[in-house]
Amino acid sequence: MGYPHKSHPRETPILSKHFGEPEARTLEGWKARGGYKALQQALYLEPTAIQDLVKASGLRGRGGAGFPTGLKWSFMKPDGKQHYLCCNADESEPGTFKDREIMRWTPHALIEGVAIGALAIYADTAYIYIRGEFTEPIRVMEAALAEARAAGIIGPNAMGSGKKLEIFVHRGAGAYICGEETALMNSIEGKRGNPRIKPPFPAVAGLFGKPTTINNVETLAAVPHILNNGAEWYKAMCLSSPKSTGSKLISVCGNVAKPGNYEITLGFPFKEFLYDLCGGPPAGRKFKAIIPGGSSVPVITIEEAESVRMDYEGFLEVGTMLGSGGCIIFDDAQNMPRQLARLARFYAHESCAQCTQCREGTAWMTKILERIVAGQGTFEDLDTIFELSENMTGKTICVLSDSCGAPVTSGIRKFRGEFEALITGRRSSTIAMAGAAVGAR
Amino acid sequence: MSHGPSAPARPHSPHAHHEPYAPVFTPGSARKAELDTIIARYPEKRAALLPGLWMIQQERGWISEEAMTEIAQQLDLTAAYVKGVVSFYTMYHQHPVGQHFIQVCTTSPCLCAGADDVVKAFLEHTGCKELGLTSPDGKFTVIEVECLGACGFATPVQINDDYVESVTPGKVPGILSSLK
Ligand SMILES: Cc1cc2nc3c(=O)[nH]c(=O)nc-3n(C[C@H](O)[C@H](O)[C@H](O)COP(=O)(O)O)c2cc1C
Ligand code: SF4
Ligand code: FES
Repeated sequence: MGYPHKSHPRETPILSKHFGEPEARTLEGWKARGGYKALQQALYLEPTAIQDLVKASGLRGRGGAGFPTGLKWSFMKPDGKQHYLCCNADESEPGTFKDREIMRWTPHALIEGVAIGALAIYADTAYIYIRGEFTEPIRVMEAALAEARAAGIIGPNAMGSGKKLEIFVHRGAGAYICGEETALMNSIEGKRGNPRIKPPFPAVAGLFGKPTTINNVETLAAVPHILNNGAEWYKAMCLSSPKSTGSKLISVCGNVAKPGNYEITLGFPFKEFLYDLCGGPPAGRKFKAIIPGGSSVPVITIEEAESVRMDYEGFLEVGTMLGSGGCIIFDDAQNMPRQLARLARFYAHESCAQCTQCREGTAWMTKILERIVAGQGTFEDLDTIFELSENMTGKTICVLSDSCGAPVTSGIRKFRGEFEALITGRRSSTIAMAGAAVGAR
Repeated sequence: MSHGPSAPARPHSPHAHHEPYAPVFTPGSARKAELDTIIARYPEKRAALLPGLWMIQQERGWISEEAMTEIAQQLDLTAAYVKGVVSFYTMYHQHPVGQHFIQVCTTSPCLCAGADDVVKAFLEHTGCKELGLTSPDGKFTVIEVECLGACGFATPVQINDDYVESVTPGKVPGILSSLK
């Protein structure tokens, strides 16, 4: 079943198979759908065996960076120390809304994945950090955790194995930056959500100073399927690059006929995805630009998008990234300078303000872009933005600073005509810009 | 200071600060027991700060200076430390807000789908003159908010705790009249 629309026959519904089925939320309903078999198995496996299985599957982090999950887990050694797993459910990257559906429809899938992930890294305690706005997912997760605890699936003696497995929800309080893994740990510790300087890396000194692994919701939810069906099965889900395996949830939003989450096998042709699965542009419009991996990745034109295969390598080839899989689509009625100015404002608002380049850079970039949108920009402003972006990239504690420049500079490169039209006064931003008559396309 | 997109709500009732503060975590209370349960989940007491602040906000509607002192005492922190944390997170109110706190997402994915018209409709139909101001009857505060993580349901609006999805300007009067 799909949600909010039915699954398309060309989707690969694995994580999303039970979206929209209220019974799947209950322990009984989840067990009837094969739930907790993988955990039962994992409780009797060596952590290294779980790590190796996930390594062999090719699963890569779904939170944005695409780091191989099994490899990340193998950094955690049996050193006798307390270890922690943090599940990153902060989901605040504009364009991304997949983890919310996993939590609100299949909470036990996440609990099982978190439990297995904890076992794989020698941890007996895990925290699921959910953004504070997600009241409904928090309620659903808390209810499922209470059920799992009452049934002895988690707790002091998980499924009768003699092993302790505790999982708690930790509610955030509004801050995009808390999705950055070290900020997330600070936030759990009751501090301001400022990212930490690395090293030390979380695997050495993370939450409460102890070795810690941070994984995204979707990453962890995929793990039980790998245990149940085998690494070879997972690895075989691959349509293009062997480095990109498995299924991926793609959140689709913006100007599109059927927004929502779609689950594809990695390597799926983007053009068919956009027109067949997502139903193409809204009636009477044309697609113009796409930010395919959450707002922090470079913009591509529809022409570039049409040749892409949807995997980590495919998006890199056109100069952007698969990222979190949050696909933001703009049609030909949209004014790119206005949209990018609003995105820059997002980063300025969310900067934690520790680093000068980021605090000043995001604010300045926003100011310049808003000036251009108001028809008061100059050509020098465009050069200043590129210089700013240069100074904001690779120089700060975390990559939020880089993330502000990525969509903006790529957007200026690709839609320069729209910026120039505003600068020379040929267009007002309040007038919808329609068709190929506008811009440098 | 500009009150454009994502500016916080502004105080509307200067007298509220002088109302006597009723502590939330009194000995033997349910909230005190809840706080103790949460403290036990972590190796350090301080980790219960965000959850503790949530409890206060649920009980009192906002986080006053007195509230900060109260939670600081519960967790062996200083009030100044608590204030530093409270001011970092956008969801803690540092002054009273309207009975219905309305947050409209206007980040690009929602903006390109028409979120600015939804904002206008809320301002018009609530009688809130400006973003961040509370309506004269104390019922509504409207602010713009950054991505709510529901971009496929443009425009999502968070009213107090709950999301209302796929809001269009035409649906606004109906939504407002359904609020008690
Ligand atoms: C500013 C910023 C925000 C982030 N937000 C999120 C987020 O909301 N969810 C998430 O899973 N990862 C987010 N990340 C990535 C995390 O830092 C981390 O890489 C990820 O949770 C690791 O999980 P994975 O290996 O399973 O992908 C963010 C990173 C940055 C720099
Ligand atoms: S880059 Fe920005 S968000 Fe990241 S730590 Fe520095 S100031 Fe904070
Ligand atoms: S941009 Fe509005 S919910 Fe994400």
